[in-house]
Amino acid sequence: MSTDTDDSVLLEIRDLRIDGFSDERWHEIIKGVDLTLRRGQVMGLIGESGAGKSTLGLAAMGFARPGCRLTSGSIRFDGVELMDAPESEKRKLWGSRICYVAQSAAASFNPAHRLIEQTTEAALSHGLQSGAEAQAAARELYRAMQLPNPDTIGDRYPHQVSGGQLQRAMTAMAMASKPDLIIFDEPTTALDVTTQVGVLAAMRSVVEQFNTAAIYITHDLAVVAQMADVIKVLRFGETMEDAPTREMLSAPKHPYTKSLWSVRALQKEAEKSDDIVLDVRSVDAAYGSSKVLHDVSVRVPRGKTVAVVGESGSGKSTTARVITGLLPPSAGKVFFNGQALPAALRDRSVEQLRQIQMIYQSADTAMNPRHTVGDIIGRPLEFYHGLRGAAKQKRVLELLQLIELDGNFIDRLPGELSGGQKQRICIARALAAEPDVIICDEVTSALDQIVQEGILKLLLRLQKELGVTYVFITHDIAVVKAISDEIVVMLEGRVVQQDIKDHVLSPPQPEYTRRLLASVPEMDPDWLTRLLEEQADVVARADGD
Amino acid sequence: MSESDQGYSAVAEAGSVLERRSLWLRAWLELRKAPVSAWIGLVIIVSYVIVAVFAPWIAPYGEAEVHPQPYAPWGGDFIFGTDQIGRDVFTRLIYGARNTVGIAFVTTIIAFLMGGGLALAAAVRGGWIDQVLSRFVDVLMAIPNLIFALMLLSMFGSSLINIIMIIAILDSTRVFRLTRAVAMNVVVMDYVEAARLRGESIGWVMRREILPNILPPLVAEFGLRFCFVFLTIAALSFLGVGIQPPTADWGSMVRENAGLIQFAQYDIKAAITPLLPAGAIALLTVGVNFVVDWFLHKTSGLRDEH
Repeated sequence: MSTDTDDSVLLEIRDLRIDGFSDERWHEIIKGVDLTLRRGQVMGLIGESGAGKSTLGLAAMGFARPGCRLTSGSIRFDGVELMDAPESEKRKLWGSRICYVAQSAAASFNPAHRLIEQTTEAALSHGLQSGAEAQAAARELYRAMQLPNPDTIGDRYPHQVSGGQLQRAMTAMAMASKPDLIIFDEPTTALDVTTQVGVLAAMRSVVEQFNTAAIYITHDLAVVAQMADVIKVLRFGETMEDAPTREMLSAPKHPYTKSLWSVRALQKEAEKSDDIVLDVRSVDAAYGSSKVLHDVSVRVPRGKTVAVVGESGSGKSTTARVITGLLPPSAGKVFFNGQALPAALRDRSVEQLRQIQMIYQSADTAMNPRHTVGDIIGRPLEFYHGLRGAAKQKRVLELLQLIELDGNFIDRLPGELSGGQKQRICIARALAAEPDVIICDEVTSALDQIVQEGILKLLLRLQKELGVTYVFITHDIAVVKAISDEIVVMLEGRVVQQDIKDHVLSPPQPEYTRRLLASVPEMDPDWLTRLLEEQADVVARADGD
Repeated sequence: MSESDQGYSAVAEAGSVLERRSLWLRAWLELRKAPVSAWIGLVIIVSYVIVAVFAPWIAPYGEAEVHPQPYAPWGGDFIFGTDQIGRDVFTRLIYGARNTVGIAFVTTIIAFLMGGGLALAAAVRGGWIDQVLSRFVDVLMAIPNLIFALMLLSMFGSSLINIIMIIAILDSTRVFRLTRAVAMNVVVMDYVEAARLRGESIGWVMRREILPNILPPLVAEFGLRFCFVFLTIAALSFLGVGIQPPTADWGSMVRENAGLIQFAQYDIKAAITPLLPAGAIALLTVGVNFVVDWFLHKTSGLRDEH
């Protein structure tokens, strides 16, 4: 049994190889990875999607997901070889000594059972504790995870708590059986920055408190910097670099690691302009009876980028829906080039529709999976500009060139593209209409950092070359810094502030802007500690007053 | 794609490019992996289709040709004997394939065009159009199918057109329900919204954006629906209000020769005669179900773990 000072090796993976099955063949997706994890140590596993992070994380449990097989190498967990252990042997470990926290807590909880039943399930089924003991332990964990009302929150159903709370409950569930190893698979990726801070802090303190070892899988470098003692960088199923966190952050050795680190350096000079192309004037909007926008005004200058930031539920996307006409406002108007646009989509002319195009967050669902790239980009050309046959083909090729892809892509289906390529095709589709304004709704948030950088550079280049205007909806402040001229900060359906970038990002700021900016993880291992101390100070001072 | 390349390039991003294969090659690959039951089903369906198409060449006599000897025994000039007015049973079985299967097929297609088209319109437009159509379908579905069909047939008469239209309308309600349900899942996708934002017409959205994405469940439903229509027609014929003589049809053949079953103790072959068309109905239904099962399993994304 582990003691608090024990730092013996807990997990040792040697020359692990894993095959994945796709397109009728087996392909090697993990190509000889070594990994050593000591008790109480937190290892950050980073890399692009497709790098094999999740596959490796699951393999650390001795588990190969359907369509994968462990081919060779060794996985020793606390002296037990998991590679050829029978399923029954591994089942005993899973849920008791090794636990897994998935990315989407909402998808991992059974909506039909109360939280506490699910939290105690593993401990009970492994016969570790009695029912009452397990429930008491679960409440203790809820408290440790800083959930509100820890004594009663367990009686709620998953849909009755927020996303951040659910992610904490999920971690509590994993901690319930006091495991030696927890595998976190992108646990905060789906959360807002302000929520993420709390969840990260709670996870870190619980892991420290119980001296649990953890593997933390993420593509967000700033997050991993807060959580991990050591970092492992993966690419194409191979280890690129292994180093303690501070060392890796200050002196990355491998060129690939360096390129990951440079991503956040993208910056743009903000410019002020009074040539307004799109003007949203005191708009109110509601879904049914619930009002979501209150007197929202946004002014978008021509050829510039206006970033709309705020947490989810702040009305960012609703504002976009009002601009595009999908949601007619209950009061107020949208002016385009000085003329009022009809409120509803069906009252707008084709020409008006052409001028405002939209790019979606999830390129997966924004493209019809049964249409080829040529169809997708070609349709707006045909629809708005009447291009057909060879002329259309030629223009599609030009557009592909513009987004840095080549003609080979023309007959591919969306399913055959990577995330970044899909988003590029969506950009090409928007450009095909030759619009004045493009609304980008969280276009980079589903992408890996290095791919994000590529997309942002592309958007900046296109703006310079074609003079398009962007309304850029995002919750990622790094992206805002990279791309915007002006920033609109939204909270609960109201505009808190609209100003040019430098004014918003530097004091004096409204209280909410300041808090939002402070919540953005920085590439500094002490950032979270410092932020928590500052917040504690603020609270202490408030209490003192 | 070179793995040593450290710089970033959009073209080199890892996407899983599937090998380009022709439609025939893909179909063959799928068929090779198909279970035995699917193969049996396919063989059954193909042989029925061949028999139906080439009926006049395969059948030894004409469809309504009457021979002097009614209830002739098996063997001799008539492989399965003759029926109550001296028509060759084997010949009528072969023509029955053409009539029963052909009419069921046409009926199913009409049911799909009506039910599917209206369902897509309801899903895309939503609002009151959806409400009116859905409630109307609910009303039709509330009345038991066979009884409703019998009632309508006795009201309008048992002409071929009436049979086809009445069964097509009744079965289109089921098609409507399924199509609307699966289309609803696609309507909420961003690409449908993107098409609307582009200003596309409702017809384009239905045909190009939604239909290709709901095709697999519809194809499976087509197979099942075909079986139901086929059985309904046979049942109506058995009850005497379906396909009218002298057109050969399996349902009416069962009814016409049903009395022979009582002679089982004297001539077992004669007693089997009414069971032949019944067996033909059962065999095709089983075959279609085998194929639909395989197809559903394949397209639903369920994978056996090898």
